[in-house]
Amino acid sequence: MTNEELIEYLIQQFPEATVVQGTQFVEMTVMPESLLESAQKLKSANETSFDYLICLTGVDYPESIGIVYHIESTKLGHAMVLKVKTANREEPVIETLTPVWQGAKYHEREVFDLLGVKFNNHTDLRRLFLEDDWGFPLRKDYVDDVRIIER
Amino acid sequence: MSEIKEIFITSDKIKTDDYVINMGPQHPSTHGVLRLLIKLEGEIVLNVEPHIGYIHSGIEKMCESLAYNQIVHLTDRMDYLSAHMNNEAVCLCVENALQIEVPDRVKYIRTIMDELMRISSHQLWWSAYGMDMGATTCFFYGLRDREYILDIFEDTFGARLTLNYNTPGGVMFDIKPDFQKKVKDFIKYFRNKLPEYDQLLSGNIIFTERTKGVGILSLEDTIAYGVTGPSGRAAGFSCDVRKHHPYSAYPFVKFEEMLDTTGDTYARYTCRIREMWESMNIIEQLIDNIPEGDYALKMKGVVKLPEGQYYQRVETSKGDFGVFIESDGKKNPYRVKFRSPGFSNMFALNKMAKGLKIADLVAIMGALDLVMPDIDR
Amino acid sequence: MGIMYKTNYKVNDYPVIETYEGGSIILTQLDAIVNWARSNSIWPLTFGTRCCAMELMAIGAPRHDFARFGFEVARASPRQADLIILAGSINYKMAPVLKRLYDQMAEPKYVIAMGACTISGGPFFYNSYTIVKGADHIVPVDVYIPGCPPRPEALLFGIFQLQKKIRHEKNFKSKKMKLVDVKPVFDKK
Repeated sequence: MTNEELIEYLIQQFPEATVVQGTQFVEMTVMPESLLESAQKLKSANETSFDYLICLTGVDYPESIGIVYHIESTKLGHAMVLKVKTANREEPVIETLTPVWQGAKYHEREVFDLLGVKFNNHTDLRRLFLEDDWGFPLRKDYVDDVRIIER
Repeated sequence: MSEIKEIFITSDKIKTDDYVINMGPQHPSTHGVLRLLIKLEGEIVLNVEPHIGYIHSGIEKMCESLAYNQIVHLTDRMDYLSAHMNNEAVCLCVENALQIEVPDRVKYIRTIMDELMRISSHQLWWSAYGMDMGATTCFFYGLRDREYILDIFEDTFGARLTLNYNTPGGVMFDIKPDFQKKVKDFIKYFRNKLPEYDQLLSGNIIFTERTKGVGILSLEDTIAYGVTGPSGRAAGFSCDVRKHHPYSAYPFVKFEEMLDTTGDTYARYTCRIREMWESMNIIEQLIDNIPEGDYALKMKGVVKLPEGQYYQRVETSKGDFGVFIESDGKKNPYRVKFRSPGFSNMFALNKMAKGLKIADLVAIMGALDLVMPDIDR
Repeated sequence: MGIMYKTNYKVNDYPVIETYEGGSIILTQLDAIVNWARSNSIWPLTFGTRCCAMELMAIGAPRHDFARFGFEVARASPRQADLIILAGSINYKMAPVLKRLYDQMAEPKYVIAMGACTISGGPFFYNSYTIVKGADHIVPVDVYIPGCPPRPEALLFGIFQLQKKIRHEKNFKSKKMKLVDVKPVFDKK
């Protein structure tokens, strides 16, 4: 489907979500409560069938932490962006998407490690790169006097 | 004698247990600093758990304090065997965001260098893989031929490995006048040498016994885990970014995507060898028709992207590499994320290696072509 | 014969000269033979973390062959190796592992720091939160080779410098060193 057809279809199927045309892809922002359901619908519907998760990114905003999913369909050839924002920065909690796309398990561990977002119902939420008592480096207010030499 | 035989056949007289061994960060077969905790019963693998982070450098955090044309030199050091393609991904992302079009000469040069880099990466993979399987001759053959490509790189870029040749808007230096002759000589030489690789390894009965039917990953699992590149194409997953979303000079060439259906280690091996042949065909289509023109556009000193999120995909020798840039209008990016193909490829290892022996685990890991700084960033 | 340096010099102090008791010409010849043998067959440990590991593999390749100098037996186990070439940046998570590898090697052991990352942190010096700024915070280094990555010829030159350093070592001590105090000529007392 082209971008315009995709926008019409998504506005029809997901009335509470915000759908805009971004710089390259269609971007859909959902609420954290309806994230798992929207992802399952996007994967199983025959018109969209997004079965390949390209990339999972965590971004630190001033009031919350956002997670960006780039997804693509291998049968139909279109791609879109799914975005969600947590409620706050002190206790960020999101539902895991491992039942929908299995590769998300390790990407979510990386986001937990570097940004501190907890994922509900994740089977194995541990830190991936860093040790257990390190802070969360990708946050904007991460300060480390011992290790970082500022330029 | 018969009493000893009796004890070993009726195993309820012997109590066995599972044990965990550590294939540590420093190991000749793990191709970098990868730590595997392997749970074994006898010699059969029950569970493989990778522990990574031994080369994590914080590149994504460092990029937030650099300008856009300074990010390019850090992408060289992630997947150093396809350094040119990583550089190209960042430059294409910035160019698409600014909506500028580079001259045709730049596109042709970038694509020819991409394909040469792909051949050199597969040559090094083949050498290391043969050495892991016990055939040390492969190490010498592959690296001998790779030196010719590195000579060509050194004449043009000045460096063999960490290139830093692309900038947003073009390339840094023009190619020399004898570039075309050197590349054509290399292709003629390599077309005679590549059948030797087949003679050494592909038809060898020890090699085929060790790799056929080993480490099978089905098509649904390949798509679910996001395994791309030749490892994914071996299972039938058509994921070549050069075909589906062409960039640079790929719209001007005709080539085939190497697919296979079995999904085992031997299929991954043959996909890479066939890709080397196909790369040579692509170079031959482009090398004689490089158009004249500028080798770079005039860009402003300080590049600022408009606000928004941008994503660019590039096909490296390992798979689907992606650059995600979020910008808020300032001269440093707000967030840069690199989607590395090795990250998704490696975590399918547990699924592939369950129920096999340890020697098969080494064969599977070699065919996946893992480069650890790519996974850890 | 050699001059021994004192560390707590006071004003108007004088150096102390040590002597060996006889037989030094035999010991220096023995030293020369042992050092010649050691320098011509150094066995490196296979340790490569980052891009410099590719240039380490390239010196084993046919073009810049290191087998002609005696290094081709690259051992995987640190207990059997003499030399550890640190090819690649070292992390805070990898540093204890490196220290353990270094401790497991038997004397005499040498360390070469190859590439900018191990000398001082390299391209990751500013703003990186996990890279150790120089491998000599962890293990004592004998030879530093600059470059990012250094060419294979540069790495071979670095190994030759290490060979020169090995040839100047003193391996044998005679019985007991006698310390002889020498009063300087110009001392007025």
